[in-house]
Amino acid sequence: MDIRINLFERIKIKEYLRFLFPALVILISFFSSFNALAQEDEAIQAGKKLFNANCAACHKLNKRAVGPALKGVSAKYDKEWLYSWIKNSTAMVKSGDAQAVAIYEEYNGSVMTSFPQLSNEDIDNILVYTDYTPPAPVASAAAPAAGTAGQNSGLSNNIILFALVLVFVILVVMLFLVQKTLMKIAAASGVDISPEPKPKRTPIWLAFVQNQFLVMVSVILLLLSSAYFVYGYFMQVGVDQGYMPVQPIHYSHKIHAGANQIECKYCHSSARVSKHSGIPSLNVCMNCHRNIAEYNGEEDLENGYTKDFYTKEIKKLYAAVGWDETNQQYTGETQPVKWVRIHNLPDFVYFNHAQHVEVGEIACQKCHGPVEEMEIMYQYSPLTMGWCINCHRETNVKIENNEYYAKIHEELSKKYGVEKLTVAQMGGLECGKCHY
Amino acid sequence: MWKMSLLKGDQEKHMASNKTYWKNIAQLDPSDEAVKKLEQNEFVSKLPEDFLSDEKTLEDSSTSRRDFLKYVGFSTAAATIAACEGPVIKSVPYVVQPEQIRPGVANYYATSIADGFDFGSILIKTREGRPIKVESNPDAPILGSANARVHASVLSLYDTLRLQGPLANGEDVSWDDFYLRSQAMLKALAATGKEIILLTPTLPSPTTQKIIADFTTAFPNVRSVVYDTISSDAALNAFEMHYGKRALADYDFSKAKAIVSIGADFLGDWQGGGYDEGYAASRIPHSDHGHAEMSQHFQFESNMSLSGANADHRVPCTPADQKNILAYIHDRLIGGSEGSLSDELKPVADKAISALKDSGSKGVLVSGIEDTTAQVAVLAINAHLNSEAFQPDQPKLIRQGSKQEVVKAFDAIQAGTVGGLISVGVNPVFSSMNGKALGEAIEKLEFSLSFTSKMDETAAVSQFVAATPHYLESWGDYEFKSGHFALAQPTIRPLFDTQQFQDVLLRLAGKNSKYYDEIKVFWNETILGASSWSKTLHDGYFSLESSLEVSSPDFSELNLEELRGASASGMTLVLYTKTGMGDGQQANNPWLQEFPDPITRVSWDNYLTISMSDAKALGLKNTNTADGALNGSYASVTVGSQSLKVPIIIQPGQAPGTVGLSFGYGKRMGLKDEMQTGVNAYALYQNFESVQEATVALVSGEHEFACVQLHNTLMGRGDIVKETTLEVFNSKDKAHWNPMPQVSKNHIEFDVTSPEVDMWTEFDRSIGHHFNLSIDLNSCTGCGACVIACSAENNVPVVGKREVRKSRDMHWLRIDRYYSSSTTFEGDNETKDAISGIGDSLNTFGEMEKAAANPQVAFQPVMCQHCNHAPCETVCPVAATSHGRQGQNQMAYNRCVGTRYCANNCPYKVRRFNWFLYSKNDEFDYHMNNDLGRMVLNPDVVVRSRGVMEKCSMCIQMTQKTILDAKLKGEEIKDGMFQTACSNACTSGAMVFGDLNDKESKVAALHQDDRMYHLLEHVGTKPNVMYQVKVRNTDEV
Repeated sequence: MDIRINLFERIKIKEYLRFLFPALVILISFFSSFNALAQEDEAIQAGKKLFNANCAACHKLNKRAVGPALKGVSAKYDKEWLYSWIKNSTAMVKSGDAQAVAIYEEYNGSVMTSFPQLSNEDIDNILVYTDYTPPAPVASAAAPAAGTAGQNSGLSNNIILFALVLVFVILVVMLFLVQKTLMKIAAASGVDISPEPKPKRTPIWLAFVQNQFLVMVSVILLLLSSAYFVYGYFMQVGVDQGYMPVQPIHYSHKIHAGANQIECKYCHSSARVSKHSGIPSLNVCMNCHRNIAEYNGEEDLENGYTKDFYTKEIKKLYAAVGWDETNQQYTGETQPVKWVRIHNLPDFVYFNHAQHVEVGEIACQKCHGPVEEMEIMYQYSPLTMGWCINCHRETNVKIENNEYYAKIHEELSKKYGVEKLTVAQMGGLECGKCHY
Repeated sequence: MWKMSLLKGDQEKHMASNKTYWKNIAQLDPSDEAVKKLEQNEFVSKLPEDFLSDEKTLEDSSTSRRDFLKYVGFSTAAATIAACEGPVIKSVPYVVQPEQIRPGVANYYATSIADGFDFGSILIKTREGRPIKVESNPDAPILGSANARVHASVLSLYDTLRLQGPLANGEDVSWDDFYLRSQAMLKALAATGKEIILLTPTLPSPTTQKIIADFTTAFPNVRSVVYDTISSDAALNAFEMHYGKRALADYDFSKAKAIVSIGADFLGDWQGGGYDEGYAASRIPHSDHGHAEMSQHFQFESNMSLSGANADHRVPCTPADQKNILAYIHDRLIGGSEGSLSDELKPVADKAISALKDSGSKGVLVSGIEDTTAQVAVLAINAHLNSEAFQPDQPKLIRQGSKQEVVKAFDAIQAGTVGGLISVGVNPVFSSMNGKALGEAIEKLEFSLSFTSKMDETAAVSQFVAATPHYLESWGDYEFKSGHFALAQPTIRPLFDTQQFQDVLLRLAGKNSKYYDEIKVFWNETILGASSWSKTLHDGYFSLESSLEVSSPDFSELNLEELRGASASGMTLVLYTKTGMGDGQQANNPWLQEFPDPITRVSWDNYLTISMSDAKALGLKNTNTADGALNGSYASVTVGSQSLKVPIIIQPGQAPGTVGLSFGYGKRMGLKDEMQTGVNAYALYQNFESVQEATVALVSGEHEFACVQLHNTLMGRGDIVKETTLEVFNSKDKAHWNPMPQVSKNHIEFDVTSPEVDMWTEFDRSIGHHFNLSIDLNSCTGCGACVIACSAENNVPVVGKREVRKSRDMHWLRIDRYYSSSTTFEGDNETKDAISGIGDSLNTFGEMEKAAANPQVAFQPVMCQHCNHAPCETVCPVAATSHGRQGQNQMAYNRCVGTRYCANNCPYKVRRFNWFLYSKNDEFDYHMNNDLGRMVLNPDVVVRSRGVMEKCSMCIQMTQKTILDAKLKGEEIKDGMFQTACSNACTSGAMVFGDLNDKESKVAALHQDDRMYHLLEHVGTKPNVMYQVKVRNTDEV
């Protein structure tokens, strides 16, 4: 039996071989081509890296920024010309090169930084990257696939549910049938199944009313619980914890402070010196957004935060600050943004950011919560007096390297017999420290 | 267990002086019912009159108490529920934030004020780009201390009645249109050669003078005339005559040991004022070698002025007497003759002469007599004394007007011989005697242009009105004093469509440059030399080393016969300026209207001050109503053909035979209804002379004053003001002139401050800061700058005349003025003097008049004393007021429920209750009722609401700021860094604030000073505000 199989297989292998040879040839050629592809990919990657490091501040691929769009730039200019232009554009303009002067004038005389450190190979890589068009369909093919998969799973859930309901209905029907049959059997065998007559009892509500003790207790309970809820209601009046208003521009702290890890005090710079943390003026936004005209980060499709959505918000900023994107200049027509203030302390409370942020070195997150995770900013803390006071009771004063505290801290800690003083022990609970 | 009793007899025995202190002449009348009632009752009325006090209305009302409670309950619940929804608050950041503006951080700019009346170098505090406070510029070598009016001037920036754009024939026009039309008119007039008068106030501005010169070159028919609303013509003439420059000699009183003033209120507005600082420096007894010395001040005057109130020897006398005295002093000092003087004036005059002689070059004599000969005599005396205080080599340039020129110009306008008038920041139609006629004449002129920021009387009759910006929106350059320059820079962008007068002149003259460019070029070329423009602009002032070349002038030709023979028959009217209102430019400023005059303590009015004897003779009366308000009769004052109906105030110390009336009031145009107070004294300013012969007569009617002087009585406690004489101070022990009250426990006497007799457990305040404020009664001149600075810093509301009358004024800081009956001068002379002008009424007045004829005066600023054992804290049912470790008595407004127990229990009466909502309330239409006015509010201090008690916080926002700044820098705090608004505004050095635990601090030294005492020490409140005993440089108490 073994041999037979062997023979049979040998025949098959021959057939396979005949079949296999061309396949092998194709495979080899495929691999070699793949190798070339991989090399090009490497160049693109290197180019991308160089582009982001050196060029992206002023150039975009598809759009004019400070400098021209760079897609397909290698087709427009001679390679040698590009080498010398990138390495030292000023010299070229000075030398009177026609093309160089033309581009210099087109961009209002803004000088392109010279990059003598880039080798010709580097420049090649950059050019490869700028010429490269990523295979678009891959992403688009993946998206519907994911969609159908999602649909499928939804469908199957429905089917399972439907089946379960069906089973349940069948069970109910069956139970009825069984009962019906049993009744019939009982009737047939003469068993009396009529229920026993119940003895007459005082209704429960009457018994309750008659029992004065119970009435008393429940009234007290009712009063106490309603007082509890009324108190709870009144205590939350004016407490806007979780207040999350819709802002005129959808500004995502999650993207800025989270994904891009921009320091809080980069934008809220006055927190360092002033009682106000300050809402950044729009010129601060433009420090970055002069170059970041569109959003290319992660998307949150479930909430509709697509790239397009974010890009539109950036356009709102441009409209407010009066930035003409096509000409890359300010029009002078501004529309100040009316943000909705989230953290509102009453007038009679004095709070100073500098005291807490600079002197106390308290992280912004301590009061404002995980801002770097907030897609929409909201009020994290209750901002009630009790909340302030608790923190003052628990927090030690940061005295290190601060000459101001040197004497007072030494004397006070001796008085209280403690190593470290809390804010409260420094007088941080006095009414007049925050109310004047 | 133990008994505490105040040893009253002992206290009296030890008292520095057994003087009676009184605040009002009514107190001297033992039969005055109102005063008696006030002394018995702490509260002037049972309940505020307009609220539930009328029992009949209560009975008639159909609303029962139960109903009332129901309504209250319902409305409270409804309001609570309605309040549950918070408002949506919008925040609008800058599109492009200016580099120097950081929200929440104040910026300071050095600038200058020069409005023709007040001149000075100042600092402006701005928040988020809006000026909110004026502060003195302590670095400026001259005129660096701001007075009450300058402090208040920031509010005038936010005046809703300011002109918002140029006008032509009463209609709003654009500036282009304005230029086109006015230039055409100018050119037409220039072609005909008809004269145009350019009427300006004193503009000691080198660049402006150049611009005016260029303008007159372009239009040769323009003649520039300098018009000082209140003239210093005589002194200017005298100085010009002998020193060759139209200017005023400057005086440095800090170098003086004997100061003789004959009718010069140099602590007020005499020759531009600004002498407080130097004067106060000479008034603190300095004991270098165990023997304390201070200056001695003689004052001969008619009205009771600030200078007179501060003087050691004050003689009330008529202006004619003053001339005699000046001649007498001149004769005795220089002439070598015996001279002659009436018997009543001679003793003090002799004393003054011997003081001047004894002091040698440390003596100085000043005079306000408006007579060129008299002013020459003053210069001669000071030159003769070789006075160190007298500085003719660096004269002041802040008054330059010539009476003669102005009279000529006004006559020409009225005669119609001139073609046009350009008035710049002056309002002659209001501020000259024949204003009405002048106004009609201006209306008839071919061309009239008024540069003004208000629609005032002159603007109303002018064809063209050029709206000028407030000085805080303007550029400027000044030479206040020879060789001493100052720069002014805008601290805010112009709020309205206004242009500076200099810019307009430049453009009318066909130049393209701006005033700013001109200043910069001029300064860089001629003034600054190698110094930097930016640094000078930053500092606000610039001084040259050089001084004027002065040859010693020859006074031998001086003939004083006229002065010797001066006499007055009838009543003499002496016109003066009030500390609050000055010449009246800022009459629409509610802070200044509500500012109580330091002497009379009357706000919202001007009045005729008259001596007790004259008042009796004329039947004029002041009456006090039972609630402490003051009423006064009306009198008619007639000068020549002009007559005014004026309410009177009987002024202790007013020279009999004289009456006083202040300028600045009575304006009706460009003012809110509330501010249209008083009468216009300019109507009596005949020939620009402040001394006029007048007739005074009683007219019917009674005027209601808003006077704070009778609010809160002393309740029989006499030791509030402690004073002694220099002799006693030098010869006796502290226990004699500044005794510590004692109490007995178990028949042993203890100091009241001893812990043995303390009912309270003392907190340990030795760690951290312990703030104390020291107030020196010797150097406090009563100028009131602190009152306005406090209002500005702490958002103190203005309550209006009606409320002040009900003693509901809100000032956190008041300056109490006490009169004490003086025994300094021989009684007989005094009484004789008192009746000299009037006749036979001596017998009827008796003791009362004697006391009132010439009292001594003491000023005492009183704010919350921040007691360590505060009576107010223990009675608050909701613990809204509590004590801080740093010594401040704190007030949590949001906690206050308005029981007012604290105010009742406060022995110093410094707590103020918000009877109404004073912001955004049409009933109180002052600055807090409009968006513009509210821009002056300090964002660091809350605006209190109705039903809340408030009081001085010892500027906790400022001390906290100082602490925070030190923490941010990581530095220790040095003495002088802690300030309050009042101590900061006090340039006389009377108020010193600091940390008592800083042993090196000034305030710690003052705390150990022998002169230190606390207000009502025997109450045992242990205040953190201390006072220094007033020492008078007199022989007798």
